Amino acid sequence: MMPTEQAVAMPATERGEIHATESTARSDASAAVVLLGLHKSFGEQKVLDGIDLTVGSGQTVVVLGRSGTGKSVLLKLIVGLQKPDKGSICVHGQEITTASFEAVNEIRKTMGFLFQHAALYDSLTVEENVAFPLRRHTKMTPSERRGRIEELLADVGMEGELQKMPCDLSGGMQKRVGLARALALEPGILLLDEPTAGLDPITSREIDELILKLQEKREVASIVVTHDLHSAKIIADRIVLLHQGNAVIEGTFEELEKSDDEFVTEFFKRDS
Amino acid sequence: MSYDTNVSGNWIDKNAPQAPVVVRSALASLWKSINEFFEWFGNIGIFIWHVMRATVRRPFEGRELIRQLDEVGSKSLPMVALAGAAIGAVLALESRHSLIRFGAESMLPAAIVFSIIHETGPVVTGLVVSGRVGAGIGAELGSMKVTEQIDAIEASGVNAYKLLAFTRILACVLMLPLLTLAADFCGVMTGWFADSLAEPISFHKFLHAGFAGASFSDFLAPTLRTAVFGLIIGVISCFQGMRSQGGTEGVGRSATSSVVLSSLFVMLADVVLMKFILVFFP
Repeated sequence: MMPTEQAVAMPATERGEIHATESTARSDASAAVVLLGLHKSFGEQKVLDGIDLTVGSGQTVVVLGRSGTGKSVLLKLIVGLQKPDKGSICVHGQEITTASFEAVNEIRKTMGFLFQHAALYDSLTVEENVAFPLRRHTKMTPSERRGRIEELLADVGMEGELQKMPCDLSGGMQKRVGLARALALEPGILLLDEPTAGLDPITSREIDELILKLQEKREVASIVVTHDLHSAKIIADRIVLLHQGNAVIEGTFEELEKSDDEFVTEFFKRDS
Repeated sequence: MSYDTNVSGNWIDKNAPQAPVVVRSALASLWKSINEFFEWFGNIGIFIWHVMRATVRRPFEGRELIRQLDEVGSKSLPMVALAGAAIGAVLALESRHSLIRFGAESMLPAAIVFSIIHETGPVVTGLVVSGRVGAGIGAELGSMKVTEQIDAIEASGVNAYKLLAFTRILACVLMLPLLTLAADFCGVMTGWFADSLAEPISFHKFLHAGFAGASFSDFLAPTLRTAVFGLIIGVISCFQGMRSQGGTEGVGRSATSSVVLSSLFVMLADVVLMKFILVFFP
């Protein structure tokens, strides 16, 4: 796991007021992802209310929060699938909220996104799903591509399942194929939406180890949305807890565990 | 007299008689419908703009285009041919009685051929393809939308407008005229067959009488206008599918609205294009 110098725990004096400051975020020009004052509403419902977040290269930030607090929306904003109402999103130093469609597409090639329900292309086989980004964004020969696909599927424990259709896979297996697809282009940033949800403990552990391995081997910056506190404890350099559109507290797992904030205590109590 | 403000911030007389609740809710729902109507046109305009922008940039998604040509063309052929054949036979049986009454029996081959090529062939093909292909595209893209597969395509840096929409629209535009020719051919064949059952006539004679006085523009303009039908079916079905919301119910709504709207616009376009053809290809 990466050292946690940047993971400054912020005591929760008043909920909603504590989050990384603008100056902190701006100062880290080499950061993989920098979010500043991000607002997003759907009609009357305010989902994100001025979130600030900085994720450095090789760092894993876990985003926790109750269901419907905008965690998945946060990931979709970063990859440009949704537009924020207000605020700035910098990916590898490039502002994506004002970038052209083509520029955003170029940035997306440096990111791997694992969707909550895997979102595999249901008319394609497992092999074709993983081949999808490789076929479009690399000049690999068919044999090179095949080798890369086998390597990726072996990493997630899905070797030998190349010709299966997504409908023939369990939810956990779909999630693993989705992860292999997200890793296909060797992204610098990984956005994982509930990567261990619906997986058995052994596979969850394997996925956690894979994320750690990527962190060490290739300095991949990861933002992981999860409800799995065990997983968060293993993979997180820093944890951000969302509540009512704001980051209530930010720090290491141990720091958050020791927090005396009522909401944080409530959140961590169930698993303790 | 006391005053209060309404939602717009304007001063209103509190003692003034209020419109009945039913009237107000009817007006509100009418206003909402009008808004949605114009919003739909605005959104489809934005959608078309995205697709047009996508078409001029590489890669051109040739593999997907070929798959869609097969999906729209070859797989619609049996149904279109059957519909064309049915129309030809019905036309022959129906027209015979009317023409005999007016002593114009010899005009029967020409009546069958011209009505099939000019109107019934293109319209029937347009409506059959609206039903089969429109529902298919609406349901497929709707399902991809609600299961986040379209998001996954975009997240991997691939232009979903090009991969999913442009290829399907182009396939519809290219295939409709060819399917129309197939429907026309089947219609003329069954028209001759039905006619010859009542009064035997050789196929050669039937064709000779049917195409007497026909020029190239008699075939070209009506057949090519189905490319516009294809454009309408492709654009509306892709648009309805890609804006699908709300799980399986939303997918059902997308499929239904794709068929209903594309059929409706095909019929409207038929009227407009017919006038256009009569002016430019008299």
